[in-house]
Amino acid sequence: MTQGDATQGVATQGVAKSGSRLERILDSGAFAVTAELGPPKGTDLEVVRAKMGLLRGVCDAVNITDNQTAIVRLSSVAASALLCQDGLEPVMQMTCRDRNRLAIQADVFGAVALGVRNLLCLTGDHQCFGNHPAAKNVYDLDSVQLIRMVRRLRDERVTEGGEEVEGEVPMFIGGAANPFGDPFEMRVIRLAKKVAAGVDFIQTQCIFDMPRFREWMHRVVDLGLHEKVHILAGVMPLKSAGAARYINNNVAGISVPDAVIKRMSGAGRGQKARDEGMRMCAEMIQEVREIEGVHGAHIMAVEWEEAIRPITEMAGVLPRPAVAN
Amino acid sequence: MIVAERKPLAEILGNVRGVGRVLLVGCNTCVAICLAGGEKEVAVTAAQLRLALRSEGLEGCITEGCVERQCEEEFNEELGDAIATHDVVLSMACGVGVQTLAEQFPDAIVYPALNTTFMGRPEERGIWSERCLGCGNCVLDKFGGVCPITRCSKNLLNGPCGGSANGRCEVDPENIPCAWQLVYDRLERIGQLGRLMEVEPPKDWSTSRHGGPRKIVREDMVL
Repeated sequence: MTQGDATQGVATQGVAKSGSRLERILDSGAFAVTAELGPPKGTDLEVVRAKMGLLRGVCDAVNITDNQTAIVRLSSVAASALLCQDGLEPVMQMTCRDRNRLAIQADVFGAVALGVRNLLCLTGDHQCFGNHPAAKNVYDLDSVQLIRMVRRLRDERVTEGGEEVEGEVPMFIGGAANPFGDPFEMRVIRLAKKVAAGVDFIQTQCIFDMPRFREWMHRVVDLGLHEKVHILAGVMPLKSAGAARYINNNVAGISVPDAVIKRMSGAGRGQKARDEGMRMCAEMIQEVREIEGVHGAHIMAVEWEEAIRPITEMAGVLPRPAVAN
Repeated sequence: MIVAERKPLAEILGNVRGVGRVLLVGCNTCVAICLAGGEKEVAVTAAQLRLALRSEGLEGCITEGCVERQCEEEFNEELGDAIATHDVVLSMACGVGVQTLAEQFPDAIVYPALNTTFMGRPEERGIWSERCLGCGNCVLDKFGGVCPITRCSKNLLNGPCGGSANGRCEVDPENIPCAWQLVYDRLERIGQLGRLMEVEPPKDWSTSRHGGPRKIVREDMVL
């Protein structure tokens, strides 16, 4: 897609960087909704197609994870291309764990060639958490440097090595932020660095601790960062009280408040618990929507794509806005 | 200093079982200080090997030796005669010492008895931890004297990942402090928090091992 095409979109203000649907929706001032799709641990494309069916029409773009939690899966480039072919918009995730600067740039070029227009730049989970703990990691770049590199590919048409890029690299550049990690003071600084490096949108770590998220957003707004980057608040539907406890105890940098665990416990088991989890997630979307500087929600329903439609319905964010191509 | 630890006895035995006469040589420098390969550890390992070999009905002919610095040829010269009369040399030096012996005595069969682990320091009695990766371009001035390349599990240069909690690294919270918590605390203490706002560009890794094996030539010192 050329820049000219994108600027004809009804929702676009100014010159588009990528022309992606996500960019146009965010630039229009509409509240964006993104979801997530984990590719299969192999080549079973039926898995991808089934998940695509569940996500069609209920979100603006779909994150395609990149060997998430360091578990080998179908590549994010290939899975993203499958989405493009089928008219769904991917946010291709790219981690620094498995590729050096050569491989990352090559894959970014490849993704653009295959129609991908959104890239989420991540450091990547350490390989010790995955199914190849004996692997050698790369981390040639960190996520801030990755953002900067892709921004230069796009805006300056120059590779990290300083050579001219043949062709355009229209990518809408995303990054992650964890308002709940430590040191807390570093969290806003790190966001500011990502903004300085050229990030266009941010998807946050899952929010369970709303007061802390509000405090973080307050600092973000104080520094005026919300005017320079679109922040999508990360939310995750819980399947059970057990899942809530597991996340609280086992995922570094996320705490699930007692009140949330209690509410899940009180909901009962099985489908009743899942319904409550979806309801709570929808309420959180409504809540973050009212926070200054939050421009969208990123719903992480890991291996539970069925939940996205009911959640978005309950949250009142359907139908998704139409934007011209 | 270079920190090492002794290989499991079973692994060492695998290299010395049935080979004849074994010369076990320690080193009195780094590996002696980290209690892995000095005179004392040579004696203990020799005793363990003799016992183990005898319990298998084999001859346990182990000769003990130790040099001041196995990574320098001049200190190893005294080993010449002993090496000539033994079948295998088992080195209790770091990997540099093992290779020095192998280069200096090209006909000798030299095996390692230690795993060379890292450049680090003793934190407290019996505890050593890593401090330097030898990247060849020191950045400690930027990070309050804490090296994120060595001490961050992902060698991040622009701040902590999402896995930092309560000052610990998610990779091994019990044993690894979050390097970026340490950087933050140090910079705050010395009044240099402003440094954290600078975007650190991609590192030039060519000065590290990624540029191939390294060598320093000091023309002013070369004879």
